[in-house]
Amino acid sequence: MHKILLMLLCLAGWYAGPATAAEAKTVSEDPALEQRVMQISNELRCLVCQNQTIADSHAELAIDLRNQVREQLKQGKSEQEILDYMVQRYGDFVRYRPPVKLQTLVLWVGPFLLLAGGLYALLGFLRRRRQSPEFNTVSQARLDEASRILSGKENR
Amino acid sequence: MARYLVPLGIFLVLVVFLGVGLGLNPRQVPSPLIDRPAPTFDLPQLHATDKRISPEALRGQVWLLNVWASWCVSCRQEHPVLVDLAKSGVVPIYGLNYKDQREEALRWLEQWGDPYKLSIMDPKGMTGIDYGVYGVPETYVIDKTGVIRYKQIGPLTPEILRDTILPLVKKLNA
Repeated sequence: MHKILLMLLCLAGWYAGPATAAEAKTVSEDPALEQRVMQISNELRCLVCQNQTIADSHAELAIDLRNQVREQLKQGKSEQEILDYMVQRYGDFVRYRPPVKLQTLVLWVGPFLLLAGGLYALLGFLRRRRQSPEFNTVSQARLDEASRILSGKENR
Repeated sequence: MARYLVPLGIFLVLVVFLGVGLGLNPRQVPSPLIDRPAPTFDLPQLHATDKRISPEALRGQVWLLNVWASWCVSCRQEHPVLVDLAKSGVVPIYGLNYKDQREEALRWLEQWGDPYKLSIMDPKGMTGIDYGVYGVPETYVIDKTGVIRYKQIGPLTPEILRDTILPLVKKLNA
């Protein structure tokens, strides 16, 4: 019984943990607005700690940029307008999901090209192996050894 | 023979790519503002807060905009370079005092020397955002028509000054 209670407590902690840790305080009273702020913030890279979005980051700049997103939403700007505003100042790198453009083509297509190349090489290798004589023929000596083992005369 | 050369070739290409990657600085994100007009602002001056200044007032000369703050450790590091440059009088330096307290900024300049023609205050960092500032110190070279021609992210060094900024200033002034 105690164990079950303990487990439930742990589960509750695990459940409550991320909810309280997500954000210390919301500046706006309006939860719907706050949700949109976070949604757009998730699309924007924090340039100070580059592997985080400005939604995750606690850097000063990220806080400033989140405030900027909030202000602009209040002014009735669309998500696209806000993203454009950020790209104008910080470049495409500020987009957490880089846009598909000529300059970013290698980024988007590269991994698939590598995968296709790898598959092609693997298939070629397998086909060549299947066609090679040593793979398809077994020497008489090996066959004799196998039947000896199978007949039980060989004990190891 | 080929079965050894092909993996070796692939390996060498990989080594070259990784080697170049190691040498790159991920902090140096190319700014989209290069060759664009410097974003405008209208901010109070640090020493005389009743006076304001905008970049339009600086048209007709090549100037540097240096983003600094008294809380910024690397700014201390680049400061002697700026002081020397100011002494040489080659190019005027204007300071953008970024997200700072006025008293601390003034004390900092008093203590370490003031290389700036004047500094402007951006306590909320809004002008900083317009300029795409994300790693103080940053330095912009702005030409006579008010167009940004170069951006240095991180502290200036005598080498960067000698090899990049001063030749550019000379070219823009010609």
